[in-house]
Amino acid sequence: MGMTITEKILAAHLPVRQTGSGRKEVSAGELINAKVDLVLANDITAPIAITEFRKIGAKDVFDKDRIALIPDHFAPQKDIKAAEQCRMLRDFSKEYKLGLYFEVGRMGIEHALLPEEGLVVSGDLIIGADSHTCTYGALGAFATGVGSTDVASAMATGECWFKVPESMRFVYYGKLNKWAGGKDLILHTIGDIGVDGALYRAMEFEGETIKSLPMHARLTMCNMAIEAGGKNGIIVPDEITEKYVNGRAKRKYKFYTSDKNAKYAAIKEYDCSKIPPTVSCPHLPSNTKPAAELFEVAIDQVVIGSCTNGRIEHLREAAGVIKGKKVNPNVRMIVIPATQKIYLQAVREGLVEIFINADAVVSTPTCGPCLGGHMGILAKGDRAIATTNRNFVGRMGHPESEVYLSNPAVAAASAVKGRIATPEEVI
Amino acid sequence: MLLKGRAWKFGDNIDTDAIIPARYLNTSDPKELARHVMEDADKDFHSKINAGDIIVAGANFGCGSSREHAPIAIKAAGIQAVIARSFARIFYRNAFNIGLPIFESEEASEKIMEGDEIEIDAGRGVIKNVAKKEEYTTKPIPPFMQELISAGGLIEWTKKKIKTSYQPT
Repeated sequence: MGMTITEKILAAHLPVRQTGSGRKEVSAGELINAKVDLVLANDITAPIAITEFRKIGAKDVFDKDRIALIPDHFAPQKDIKAAEQCRMLRDFSKEYKLGLYFEVGRMGIEHALLPEEGLVVSGDLIIGADSHTCTYGALGAFATGVGSTDVASAMATGECWFKVPESMRFVYYGKLNKWAGGKDLILHTIGDIGVDGALYRAMEFEGETIKSLPMHARLTMCNMAIEAGGKNGIIVPDEITEKYVNGRAKRKYKFYTSDKNAKYAAIKEYDCSKIPPTVSCPHLPSNTKPAAELFEVAIDQVVIGSCTNGRIEHLREAAGVIKGKKVNPNVRMIVIPATQKIYLQAVREGLVEIFINADAVVSTPTCGPCLGGHMGILAKGDRAIATTNRNFVGRMGHPESEVYLSNPAVAAASAVKGRIATPEEVI
Repeated sequence: MLLKGRAWKFGDNIDTDAIIPARYLNTSDPKELARHVMEDADKDFHSKINAGDIIVAGANFGCGSSREHAPIAIKAAGIQAVIARSFARIFYRNAFNIGLPIFESEEASEKIMEGDEIEIDAGRGVIKNVAKKEEYTTKPIPPFMQELISAGGLIEWTKKKIKTSYQPT
Protein backbone atom coordinates (compact mmCIF):
# COMPACT_ATOMS: atom_id res chain seq x y z
CA MET A 1 0.00 0.00 0.00
CA GLY A 2 1.31 3.46 -0.88
CA MET A 3 1.86 6.05 1.83
CA THR A 4 1.32 9.79 2.01
CA ILE A 5 4.18 12.13 2.93
CA THR A 6 2.61 12.48 6.38
CA GLU A 7 2.56 8.70 6.92
CA LYS A 8 6.14 8.34 5.65
CA ILE A 9 7.51 10.97 8.02
CA LEU A 10 5.68 9.41 10.97
CA ALA A 11 6.93 5.92 9.99
CA ALA A 12 10.50 7.20 9.72
CA HIS A 13 10.27 8.43 13.32
CA LEU A 14 9.14 5.18 14.94
CA PRO A 15 11.58 4.36 17.75
CA VAL A 16 14.10 1.61 17.02
CA ARG A 17 12.46 -0.63 19.65
CA GLN A 18 9.38 -0.65 17.42
CA THR A 19 11.22 -0.98 14.10
CA GLY A 20 13.47 -3.82 15.24
CA SER A 21 11.39 -6.15 13.12
CA GLY A 22 11.98 -3.90 10.12
CA ARG A 23 8.69 -2.06 10.46
CA LYS A 24 8.70 0.99 8.21
CA GLU A 25 5.02 1.61 7.69
CA VAL A 26 2.15 3.19 9.52
CA SER A 27 -1.46 3.54 8.46
CA ALA A 28 -4.22 6.03 9.15
CA GLY A 29 -6.05 5.55 12.42
CA GLU A 30 -3.17 3.75 14.16
CA LEU A 31 -1.95 5.08 17.52
CA ILE A 32 1.84 5.28 17.66
CA ASN A 33 4.67 6.68 19.71
CA ALA A 34 7.21 8.51 17.57
CA LYS A 35 10.48 10.36 18.09
CA VAL A 36 10.42 14.13 17.78
CA ASP A 37 13.15 16.24 16.15
CA LEU A 38 12.15 19.44 17.91
CA VAL A 39 9.83 20.40 20.76
CA LEU A 40 8.74 23.99 21.24
CA ALA A 41 6.69 26.06 23.67
CA ASN A 42 6.08 29.75 24.32
CA ASP A 43 5.53 32.01 27.32
CA ILE A 44 1.86 30.95 27.63
CA THR A 45 2.31 27.21 27.28
CA ALA A 46 5.85 26.53 28.58
CA PRO A 47 5.12 27.41 32.23
CA ILE A 48 2.65 24.50 32.49
CA ALA A 49 5.04 22.26 30.55
CA ILE A 50 7.90 23.11 32.94
CA THR A 51 5.76 22.46 36.03
CA GLU A 52 4.58 19.12 34.62
CA PHE A 53 8.11 18.17 33.48
CA ARG A 54 9.34 18.54 37.07
CA LYS A 55 6.63 16.13 38.26
CA ILE A 56 7.97 13.39 35.96
CA GLY A 57 11.25 13.32 37.85
CA ALA A 58 13.45 12.84 34.77
CA LYS A 59 17.16 13.34 35.42
CA ASP A 60 17.60 15.54 32.37
CA VAL A 61 15.89 16.68 29.20
CA PHE A 62 16.13 14.33 26.20
CA ASP A 63 18.30 16.75 24.17
CA LYS A 64 19.38 20.27 25.14
CA ASP A 65 19.50 21.44 21.54
CA ARG A 66 16.08 20.21 20.49
CA ILE A 67 13.89 22.12 22.91
CA ALA A 68 12.98 25.63 21.80
CA LEU A 69 11.50 28.01 24.38
CA ILE A 70 10.35 31.27 22.83
CA PRO A 71 8.73 34.09 24.79
CA ASP A 72 6.70 35.73 22.02
CA HIS A 73 3.02 35.94 23.04
CA PHE A 74 3.05 38.44 25.91
CA ALA A 75 6.68 39.52 25.31
CA PRO A 76 8.17 42.07 25.58
CA GLN A 77 6.71 41.38 29.01
CA LYS A 78 3.37 43.18 29.13
CA ASP A 79 2.69 43.02 32.89
CA ILE A 80 4.09 41.53 36.07
CA LYS A 81 2.33 38.17 35.70
CA ALA A 82 3.47 37.83 32.08
CA ALA A 83 6.99 38.74 33.18
CA GLU A 84 6.91 35.97 35.80
CA GLN A 85 5.86 33.48 33.12
CA CYS A 86 8.66 34.62 30.77
CA ARG A 87 11.11 34.34 33.64
CA MET A 88 10.17 30.69 34.14
CA LEU A 89 11.33 29.99 30.57
CA ARG A 90 14.63 31.76 31.11
CA ASP A 91 15.34 30.11 34.46
CA PHE A 92 14.47 26.65 33.13
CA SER A 93 16.65 27.20 30.04
CA LYS A 94 19.59 28.17 32.25
CA GLU A 95 19.05 25.27 34.63
CA TYR A 96 19.01 22.69 31.83
CA LYS A 97 21.47 24.60 29.59
CA LEU A 98 19.00 24.68 26.70
CA GLY A 99 20.50 25.81 23.39
CA LEU A 100 17.33 27.26 21.91
CA TYR A 101 16.07 29.93 24.27
CA PHE A 102 15.41 33.27 22.60
CA GLU A 103 15.45 36.37 24.78
CA VAL A 104 13.71 39.58 23.68
CA GLY A 105 16.06 41.18 21.15
CA ARG A 106 16.88 37.80 19.66
CA MET A 107 13.39 36.39 19.53
CA GLY A 108 10.65 36.55 16.97
CA ILE A 109 7.24 34.97 16.59
CA GLU A 110 8.09 31.29 16.97
CA HIS A 111 6.66 30.07 13.66
CA ALA A 112 8.48 32.76 11.69
CA LEU A 113 11.71 32.49 13.68
CA LEU A 114 12.33 28.73 13.58
CA PRO A 115 12.04 28.27 9.77
CA GLU A 116 14.02 31.48 9.19
CA GLU A 117 16.86 30.21 11.37
CA GLY A 118 16.85 26.76 9.77
CA LEU A 119 15.96 25.17 13.12
CA VAL A 120 13.06 23.25 11.59
CA VAL A 121 13.78 21.43 8.34
CA SER A 122 12.20 19.21 5.71
CA GLY A 123 11.47 15.67 6.89
CA ASP A 124 11.31 16.70 10.56
CA LEU A 125 8.72 15.59 13.07
CA ILE A 126 7.98 18.62 15.23
CA ILE A 127 5.56 19.17 18.09
CA GLY A 128 4.84 22.51 19.68
CA ALA A 129 2.60 23.71 22.46
CA ASP A 130 1.06 26.17 20.06
CA SER A 131 -1.67 25.37 17.59
CA HIS A 132 0.09 27.11 14.68
CA THR A 133 3.03 24.69 14.87
CA CYS A 134 1.49 23.24 11.68
CA THR A 135 3.21 26.12 9.80
CA TYR A 136 6.38 24.05 9.19
CA GLY A 137 4.51 21.64 6.94
CA ALA A 138 5.36 24.17 4.22
CA LEU A 139 8.92 22.77 4.34
CA GLY A 140 7.71 19.20 3.94
CA ALA A 141 7.87 18.43 7.66
CA PHE A 142 5.23 16.83 9.88
CA ALA A 143 4.49 19.51 12.45
CA THR A 144 1.53 19.68 14.78
CA GLY A 145 0.25 21.57 17.78
CA VAL A 146 -0.06 19.73 21.08
CA GLY A 147 -0.64 20.66 24.71
CA SER A 148 1.78 21.63 27.47
CA THR A 149 1.66 18.18 29.07
CA ASP A 150 2.61 16.59 25.74
CA VAL A 151 5.60 18.93 25.64
CA ALA A 152 6.54 18.04 29.23
CA SER A 153 6.51 14.33 28.39
CA ALA A 154 8.44 14.88 25.14
CA MET A 155 11.06 17.02 26.91
CA ALA A 156 11.74 14.02 29.13
CA THR A 157 11.51 11.20 26.59
CA GLY A 158 12.01 12.73 23.13
CA GLU A 159 8.80 11.02 22.07
CA CYS A 160 5.11 11.78 21.71
CA TRP A 161 1.95 9.79 21.03
CA PHE A 162 0.08 10.34 17.77
CA LYS A 163 -2.93 9.02 15.97
CA VAL A 164 -1.81 8.66 12.37
CA PRO A 165 -4.17 11.01 10.53
CA GLU A 166 -6.07 10.32 7.36
CA SER A 167 -4.96 12.69 4.60
CA MET A 168 -7.02 15.04 2.45
CA ARG A 169 -5.67 16.30 -0.89
CA PHE A 170 -6.22 19.91 -1.88
CA VAL A 171 -5.36 20.54 -5.52
CA TYR A 172 -4.97 24.14 -6.73
CA TYR A 173 -4.77 25.00 -10.41
CA GLY A 174 -5.11 28.13 -12.55
CA LYS A 175 -3.53 31.57 -12.35
CA LEU A 176 -3.78 33.52 -9.11
CA ASN A 177 -5.61 36.82 -9.24
CA LYS A 178 -3.40 39.90 -8.96
CA TRP A 179 -4.11 40.72 -5.32
CA ALA A 180 -4.73 37.18 -4.13
CA GLY A 181 -2.09 34.90 -2.58
CA GLY A 182 -1.54 32.14 -0.05
CA LYS A 183 -3.81 33.81 2.52
CA ASP A 184 -6.70 33.97 0.08
CA LEU A 185 -6.24 30.34 -1.00
CA ILE A 186 -6.36 29.11 2.57
CA LEU A 187 -9.25 31.38 3.65
CA HIS A 188 -11.21 30.28 0.59
CA THR A 189 -10.47 26.62 1.41
CA ILE A 190 -11.57 27.00 5.05
CA GLY A 191 -14.67 28.81 3.81
CA ASP A 192 -15.39 25.84 1.57
CA ILE A 193 -14.81 22.96 4.02
CA GLY A 194 -15.62 24.70 7.34
CA VAL A 195 -13.74 25.05 10.62
CA ASP A 196 -13.93 21.30 11.21
CA GLY A 197 -13.75 20.30 7.54
CA ALA A 198 -10.37 18.63 8.05
CA LEU A 199 -10.85 17.55 11.68
CA TYR A 200 -8.09 15.14 12.81
CA ARG A 201 -6.78 15.00 9.24
CA ALA A 202 -3.62 15.94 7.35
CA MET A 203 -4.18 18.64 4.71
CA GLU A 204 -1.86 18.04 1.77
CA PHE A 205 -1.66 21.04 -0.56
CA GLU A 206 -0.57 20.48 -4.15
CA GLY A 207 -1.20 21.34 -7.80
CA GLU A 208 0.31 23.63 -10.41
CA THR A 209 -0.50 26.81 -8.47
CA ILE A 210 1.26 25.47 -5.35
CA LYS A 211 4.30 24.45 -7.46
CA SER A 212 4.93 28.11 -8.30
CA LEU A 213 3.82 29.46 -4.91
CA PRO A 214 6.67 31.16 -2.99
CA MET A 215 7.68 29.82 0.43
CA HIS A 216 6.17 32.73 2.40
CA ALA A 217 2.75 31.95 0.89
CA ARG A 218 3.16 28.22 1.56
CA LEU A 219 3.97 29.00 5.21
CA THR A 220 0.77 31.10 5.40
CA MET A 221 -1.30 28.24 3.98
CA CYS A 222 0.07 25.50 6.25
CA ASN A 223 -0.15 27.91 9.23
CA MET A 224 -3.93 28.00 8.96
CA ALA A 225 -4.53 24.24 8.51
CA ILE A 226 -5.57 24.23 12.19
CA GLU A 227 -8.39 26.68 11.39
CA ALA A 228 -10.02 23.87 9.40
CA GLY A 229 -9.44 21.47 12.29
CA GLY A 230 -6.44 19.89 10.52
CA LYS A 231 -3.76 17.99 12.40
CA ASN A 232 -1.11 19.25 10.01
CA GLY A 233 -0.77 21.05 6.71
CA ILE A 234 1.91 19.77 4.37
CA ILE A 235 3.45 20.42 0.96
CA VAL A 236 5.72 17.91 -0.79
CA PRO A 237 9.16 19.59 -1.09
CA ASP A 238 10.41 20.81 -4.49
CA GLU A 239 12.95 23.29 -5.90
CA ILE A 240 11.35 26.18 -4.00
CA THR A 241 11.77 24.21 -0.76
CA GLU A 242 15.35 23.31 -1.64
CA LYS A 243 16.18 26.96 -2.28
CA TYR A 244 14.67 27.99 1.05
CA VAL A 245 16.14 25.23 3.23
CA ASN A 246 19.55 24.90 1.61
CA GLY A 247 22.02 27.23 3.30
CA ARG A 248 19.88 27.91 6.35
CA ALA A 249 19.24 24.37 7.64
CA LYS A 250 21.07 23.77 10.92
CA ARG A 251 20.47 20.03 10.63
CA LYS A 252 20.37 17.44 7.84
CA TYR A 253 17.09 17.59 5.95
CA LYS A 254 15.27 14.97 3.94
CA PHE A 255 12.65 15.26 1.22
CA TYR A 256 9.70 12.87 1.34
CA THR A 257 7.01 12.51 -1.32
CA SER A 258 3.57 10.94 -1.39
CA ASP A 259 3.22 7.67 -3.29
CA LYS A 260 0.98 7.71 -6.35
CA ASN A 261 -1.18 4.97 -4.84
CA ALA A 262 -1.38 6.61 -1.39
CA LYS A 263 -4.84 6.67 0.15
CA TYR A 264 -6.75 9.93 0.64
CA ALA A 265 -9.97 10.40 2.57
CA ALA A 266 -11.09 13.17 0.21
CA ILE A 267 -9.87 15.28 -2.68
CA LYS A 268 -10.79 18.94 -3.23
CA GLU A 269 -9.93 20.97 -6.32
CA TYR A 270 -9.83 24.73 -6.66
CA ASP A 271 -9.55 26.94 -9.75
CA CYS A 272 -7.41 29.78 -8.39
CA SER A 273 -8.46 32.18 -11.14
CA LYS A 274 -11.87 32.17 -9.43
CA ILE A 275 -10.54 32.99 -5.96
CA PRO A 276 -10.66 36.75 -5.29
CA PRO A 277 -9.01 38.60 -2.39
CA THR A 278 -10.96 37.00 0.44
CA VAL A 279 -12.00 38.14 3.91
CA SER A 280 -13.20 36.05 6.88
CA CYS A 281 -16.02 37.85 8.68
CA PRO A 282 -16.75 37.54 12.41
CA HIS A 283 -16.72 35.18 14.22
CA LEU A 284 -15.28 32.18 12.38
CA PRO A 285 -12.42 31.86 9.86
CA SER A 286 -14.83 29.89 7.65
CA ASN A 287 -17.21 32.84 7.33
CA THR A 288 -15.59 34.05 4.10
CA LYS A 289 -16.66 36.62 1.52
CA PRO A 290 -14.87 38.38 -1.34
CA ALA A 291 -13.33 41.63 -0.02
CA ALA A 292 -15.15 43.47 -2.81
CA GLU A 293 -18.51 42.60 -1.22
CA LEU A 294 -17.62 44.20 2.10
CA PHE A 295 -17.02 47.85 1.19
CA GLU A 296 -19.64 48.98 3.69
CA VAL A 297 -17.74 47.63 6.68
CA ALA A 298 -16.08 50.57 8.51
CA ILE A 299 -13.00 49.76 10.59
CA ASP A 300 -11.18 51.22 13.59
CA GLN A 301 -7.94 49.25 13.50
CA VAL A 302 -5.64 47.45 11.09
CA VAL A 303 -3.08 44.87 12.21
CA ILE A 304 -0.41 43.59 9.84
CA GLY A 305 1.75 40.84 11.30
CA SER A 306 1.48 37.48 13.16
CA CYS A 307 2.85 34.00 12.42
CA THR A 308 0.47 33.95 9.46
CA ASN A 309 1.46 37.16 7.69
CA GLY A 310 4.39 38.90 9.42
CA ARG A 311 7.16 37.97 6.98
CA ILE A 312 9.16 40.45 4.90
CA GLU A 313 7.21 39.67 1.71
CA HIS A 314 3.96 40.44 3.55
CA LEU A 315 5.31 43.76 4.80
CA ARG A 316 6.42 44.59 1.24
CA GLU A 317 2.89 43.86 -0.02
CA ALA A 318 1.36 46.18 2.57
CA ALA A 319 3.98 48.91 2.04
CA GLY A 320 3.48 48.72 -1.72
CA VAL A 321 -0.18 49.59 -1.24
CA ILE A 322 0.17 52.32 1.38
CA LYS A 323 3.30 54.05 0.04
CA GLY A 324 2.77 57.82 -0.28
CA LYS A 325 -0.70 57.62 1.29
CA LYS A 326 -2.07 58.19 4.78
CA VAL A 327 -3.89 55.93 7.18
CA ASN A 328 -7.49 57.12 7.39
CA PRO A 329 -8.00 59.53 10.33
CA ASN A 330 -10.54 57.13 11.87
CA VAL A 331 -8.10 54.22 11.88
CA ARG A 332 -5.03 53.12 13.81
CA MET A 333 -2.66 50.87 11.89
CA ILE A 334 -0.21 48.57 13.67
CA VAL A 335 2.56 46.79 11.77
CA ILE A 336 4.43 43.97 13.52
CA PRO A 337 7.43 42.41 11.77
CA ALA A 338 7.54 38.78 12.91
CA THR A 339 11.25 38.55 13.72
CA GLN A 340 14.22 40.83 14.44
CA LYS A 341 15.74 39.92 11.05
CA ILE A 342 12.53 40.84 9.26
CA TYR A 343 12.37 44.09 11.23
CA LEU A 344 15.93 45.01 10.25
CA GLN A 345 15.28 44.10 6.63
CA ALA A 346 12.16 46.28 6.67
CA VAL A 347 14.25 49.17 7.99
CA ARG A 348 16.91 48.66 5.32
CA GLU A 349 14.37 48.48 2.50
CA GLY A 350 12.67 51.67 3.67
CA LEU A 351 9.43 49.86 4.52
CA VAL A 352 9.41 51.16 8.09
CA GLU A 353 9.76 54.70 6.75
CA ILE A 354 6.82 54.13 4.40
CA PHE A 355 4.66 52.91 7.31
CA ILE A 356 5.64 55.73 9.65
CA ASN A 357 5.12 58.36 6.94
CA ALA A 358 1.65 56.89 6.44
CA ASP A 359 0.93 57.36 10.19
CA ALA A 360 1.16 53.66 11.06
CA VAL A 361 3.05 52.37 14.10
CA VAL A 362 5.71 49.70 13.76
CA SER A 363 6.10 47.38 16.75
CA THR A 364 8.82 45.04 17.93
CA PRO A 365 8.12 41.36 17.12
CA THR A 366 5.31 39.87 19.26
CA CYS A 367 2.11 37.85 18.84
CA GLY A 368 0.57 40.76 20.75
CA PRO A 369 -2.87 41.73 19.49
CA CYS A 370 -3.50 38.57 17.45
CA LEU A 371 -4.68 36.78 20.59
CA GLY A 372 -5.78 39.87 22.46
CA GLY A 373 -2.57 39.99 24.48
CA HIS A 374 -1.27 43.54 24.12
CA MET A 375 -0.10 46.14 21.56
CA GLY A 376 -3.51 46.94 20.07
CA ILE A 377 -6.45 45.55 22.05
CA LEU A 378 -9.96 46.33 20.82
CA ALA A 379 -12.57 48.21 22.88
CA LYS A 380 -16.26 47.30 22.99
CA GLY A 381 -17.66 48.07 19.57
CA ASP A 382 -14.25 48.31 17.87
CA ARG A 383 -13.80 46.60 14.53
CA ALA A 384 -10.46 45.51 13.07
CA ILE A 385 -9.19 44.02 9.86
CA ALA A 386 -6.10 41.92 10.52
CA THR A 387 -3.72 39.65 8.66
CA THR A 388 -3.89 37.27 11.62
CA ASN A 389 -5.51 33.85 11.78
CA ARG A 390 -8.56 33.84 14.09
CA ASN A 391 -11.63 36.02 14.47
CA PHE A 392 -13.41 34.25 17.33
CA VAL A 393 -15.51 36.28 19.80
CA GLY A 394 -13.17 38.39 21.93
CA ARG A 395 -10.07 37.20 20.10
CA MET A 396 -8.46 40.67 19.88
CA GLY A 397 -10.01 42.21 22.95
CA HIS A 398 -13.53 42.99 24.17
CA PRO A 399 -16.10 40.22 23.58
CA GLU A 400 -18.19 42.78 21.70
CA SER A 401 -15.41 43.76 19.28
CA GLU A 402 -15.02 42.29 15.80
CA VAL A 403 -12.13 40.96 13.72
CA TYR A 404 -12.06 40.48 9.94
CA LEU A 405 -9.18 38.43 8.47
CA SER A 406 -7.48 39.29 5.17
CA ASN A 407 -4.21 39.34 3.26
CA PRO A 408 -1.71 42.22 3.84
CA ALA A 409 -2.59 44.19 0.68
CA VAL A 410 -6.31 44.23 1.50
CA ALA A 411 -5.55 45.21 5.12
CA ALA A 412 -3.33 48.11 3.96
CA ALA A 413 -5.92 49.32 1.44
CA SER A 414 -8.56 49.18 4.17
CA ALA A 415 -6.34 51.32 6.42
CA VAL A 416 -6.32 54.04 3.78
CA LYS A 417 -10.05 53.93 3.11
CA GLY A 418 -11.22 53.48 6.72
CA ARG A 419 -13.39 50.59 5.57
CA ILE A 420 -12.76 47.20 4.01
CA ALA A 421 -11.25 47.93 0.59
CA THR A 422 -9.38 46.25 -2.24
CA PRO A 423 -5.89 47.38 -3.32
CA GLU A 424 -7.15 48.53 -6.74
CA GLU A 425 -9.18 51.21 -5.01
CA VAL A 426 -6.16 52.98 -3.57
CA ILE A 427 -3.37 52.27 -6.05
CA MET B 1 -16.35 5.10 36.33
CA LEU B 2 -19.88 6.44 36.87
CA LEU B 3 -20.37 10.19 36.49
CA LYS B 4 -23.59 11.94 37.50
CA GLY B 5 -24.38 15.60 36.98
CA ARG B 6 -26.57 18.32 35.56
CA ALA B 7 -26.15 19.39 31.92
CA TRP B 8 -25.16 22.80 30.60
CA LYS B 9 -25.72 23.14 26.86
CA PHE B 10 -23.47 24.89 24.35
CA GLY B 11 -23.53 25.07 20.55
CA ASP B 12 -21.05 24.18 17.80
CA ASN B 13 -17.45 25.42 17.48
CA ILE B 14 -16.96 26.55 21.08
CA ASP B 15 -13.37 27.79 20.72
CA THR B 16 -10.63 27.96 23.33
CA ASP B 17 -10.88 31.77 23.40
CA ALA B 18 -14.47 31.33 24.59
CA ILE B 19 -13.49 28.63 27.11
CA ILE B 20 -10.70 30.73 28.59
CA PRO B 21 -9.96 34.11 26.95
CA ALA B 22 -6.28 34.93 26.33
CA ARG B 23 -6.55 38.01 28.54
CA TYR B 24 -6.38 35.63 31.52
CA LEU B 25 -3.46 33.59 30.25
CA ASN B 26 -0.82 35.53 32.13
CA THR B 27 -1.30 32.89 34.79
CA SER B 28 -1.59 29.10 34.79
CA ASP B 29 -3.10 28.87 38.28
CA PRO B 30 -6.09 26.49 37.89
CA LYS B 31 -8.20 28.32 40.51
CA GLU B 32 -7.78 31.66 38.80
CA LEU B 33 -8.47 30.17 35.36
CA ALA B 34 -11.61 28.46 36.72
CA ARG B 35 -13.10 31.83 37.69
CA HIS B 36 -13.25 32.80 34.00
CA VAL B 37 -14.31 29.47 32.51
CA MET B 38 -16.57 29.80 29.42
CA GLU B 39 -16.73 33.55 30.08
CA ASP B 40 -16.96 34.69 26.45
CA ALA B 41 -19.65 32.09 25.69
CA ASP B 42 -21.70 32.72 28.86
CA LYS B 43 -20.56 35.62 31.07
CA ASP B 44 -22.05 34.25 34.31
CA PHE B 45 -21.24 30.59 33.75
CA HIS B 46 -18.85 30.27 36.67
CA SER B 47 -21.34 31.63 39.19
CA LYS B 48 -24.16 29.40 37.92
CA ILE B 49 -22.48 25.99 38.00
CA ASN B 50 -22.19 23.43 40.78
CA ALA B 51 -19.42 20.92 41.30
CA GLY B 52 -20.10 17.80 39.27
CA ASP B 53 -22.01 19.50 36.45
CA ILE B 54 -21.48 18.34 32.89
CA ILE B 55 -20.99 20.39 29.71
CA VAL B 56 -22.89 19.13 26.67
CA ALA B 57 -21.85 20.78 23.40
CA GLY B 58 -22.16 20.50 19.64
CA ALA B 59 -19.46 19.86 17.04
CA ASN B 60 -15.77 20.81 17.20
CA PHE B 61 -15.66 21.68 20.91
CA GLY B 62 -12.35 23.30 21.91
CA CYS B 63 -11.26 24.46 18.46
CA GLY B 64 -8.53 27.05 18.08
CA SER B 65 -5.56 27.39 20.36
CA SER B 66 -3.53 24.57 21.92
CA ARG B 67 -3.85 26.14 25.36
CA GLU B 68 -4.13 23.41 27.99
CA HIS B 69 -5.56 26.17 30.18
CA ALA B 70 -8.93 25.35 28.52
CA PRO B 71 -9.44 21.83 29.89
CA ILE B 72 -7.67 22.89 33.11
CA ALA B 73 -10.17 25.75 33.63
CA ILE B 74 -13.11 23.41 33.00
CA LYS B 75 -11.78 20.76 35.37
CA ALA B 76 -10.80 23.24 38.10
CA ALA B 77 -14.27 24.82 37.94
CA GLY B 78 -15.71 21.48 39.02
CA ILE B 79 -17.15 20.39 35.69
CA GLN B 80 -16.64 16.63 35.79
CA ALA B 81 -17.05 15.75 32.11
CA VAL B 82 -17.68 17.18 28.67
CA ILE B 83 -19.93 15.50 26.11
CA ALA B 84 -19.81 16.79 22.52
CA ARG B 85 -20.76 15.76 19.03
CA SER B 86 -17.02 16.07 18.21
CA PHE B 87 -13.89 17.62 19.72
CA ALA B 88 -11.10 19.64 18.12
CA ARG B 89 -8.05 17.43 18.16
CA ILE B 90 -5.66 19.35 20.43
CA PHE B 91 -8.42 19.81 23.02
CA TYR B 92 -9.17 16.09 22.73
CA ARG B 93 -5.59 15.05 23.54
CA ASN B 94 -5.18 17.73 26.21
CA ALA B 95 -8.30 16.48 28.01
CA PHE B 96 -6.99 12.89 28.13
CA ASN B 97 -3.49 14.06 29.07
CA ILE B 98 -4.72 16.01 32.11
CA GLY B 99 -7.51 13.61 33.09
CA LEU B 100 -10.69 15.47 32.14
CA PRO B 101 -13.21 12.82 31.01
CA ILE B 102 -14.69 13.63 27.59
CA PHE B 103 -17.19 11.69 25.50
CA GLU B 104 -18.13 11.90 21.84
CA SER B 105 -21.81 11.21 21.18
CA GLU B 106 -23.92 12.67 18.40
CA GLU B 107 -27.15 11.47 19.99
CA ALA B 108 -26.39 12.78 23.47
CA SER B 109 -25.25 16.12 22.03
CA GLU B 110 -28.58 16.48 20.24
CA LYS B 111 -31.06 15.10 22.76
CA ILE B 112 -29.76 16.28 26.11
CA MET B 113 -31.30 19.62 27.14
CA GLU B 114 -30.04 22.20 29.60
CA GLY B 115 -30.68 21.11 33.17
CA ASP B 116 -31.15 17.40 32.36
CA GLU B 117 -29.74 14.96 34.91
CA ILE B 118 -27.08 12.86 33.21
CA GLU B 119 -25.37 9.62 34.18
CA ILE B 120 -22.30 8.53 32.26
CA ASP B 121 -21.14 4.93 32.54
CA ALA B 122 -17.65 5.36 31.07
CA GLY B 123 -16.83 1.66 31.17
CA ARG B 124 -19.87 0.65 29.13
CA GLY B 125 -19.79 3.77 26.95
CA VAL B 126 -23.39 4.65 27.82
CA ILE B 127 -24.91 8.02 28.69
CA LYS B 128 -28.23 7.95 30.57
CA ASN B 129 -30.72 10.83 30.54
CA VAL B 130 -32.42 10.20 33.90
CA ALA B 131 -35.68 12.22 33.54
CA LYS B 132 -36.22 11.34 29.88
CA LYS B 133 -35.34 7.68 30.51
CA GLU B 134 -33.19 7.61 27.39
CA GLU B 135 -29.81 5.99 26.76
CA TYR B 136 -27.22 7.15 24.27
CA THR B 137 -24.01 5.41 23.26
CA THR B 138 -20.61 7.09 23.14
CA LYS B 139 -17.80 6.45 20.70
CA PRO B 140 -15.46 3.86 22.23
CA ILE B 141 -12.26 5.19 23.81
CA PRO B 142 -9.18 3.78 22.00
CA PRO B 143 -7.12 1.29 24.10
CA PHE B 144 -4.12 3.62 24.36
CA MET B 145 -6.30 6.42 25.72
CA GLN B 146 -7.73 3.97 28.26
CA GLU B 147 -4.16 3.20 29.26
CA LEU B 148 -3.58 6.95 29.78
CA ILE B 149 -6.71 7.24 31.90
CA SER B 150 -5.88 4.27 34.09
CA ALA B 151 -2.33 5.56 34.58
CA GLY B 152 -3.84 8.86 35.80
CA GLY B 153 -2.85 11.05 32.85
CA LEU B 154 0.18 11.47 30.61
CA ILE B 155 2.60 12.58 33.34
CA GLU B 156 1.97 9.47 35.44
CA TRP B 157 2.15 7.34 32.29
CA THR B 158 5.50 8.92 31.36
CA LYS B 159 6.83 8.41 34.91
CA LYS B 160 6.05 4.70 34.63
CA LYS B 161 7.60 4.53 31.19
CA ILE B 162 10.84 6.12 32.38
CA LYS B 163 11.06 3.79 35.38
CA THR B 164 10.45 0.59 33.44
CA SER B 165 11.47 -0.14 29.89
CA TYR B 166 12.09 3.26 28.44
CA GLN B 167 15.49 3.92 26.90
CA PRO B 168 15.95 6.83 24.50
CA THR B 169 17.14 5.55 21.15
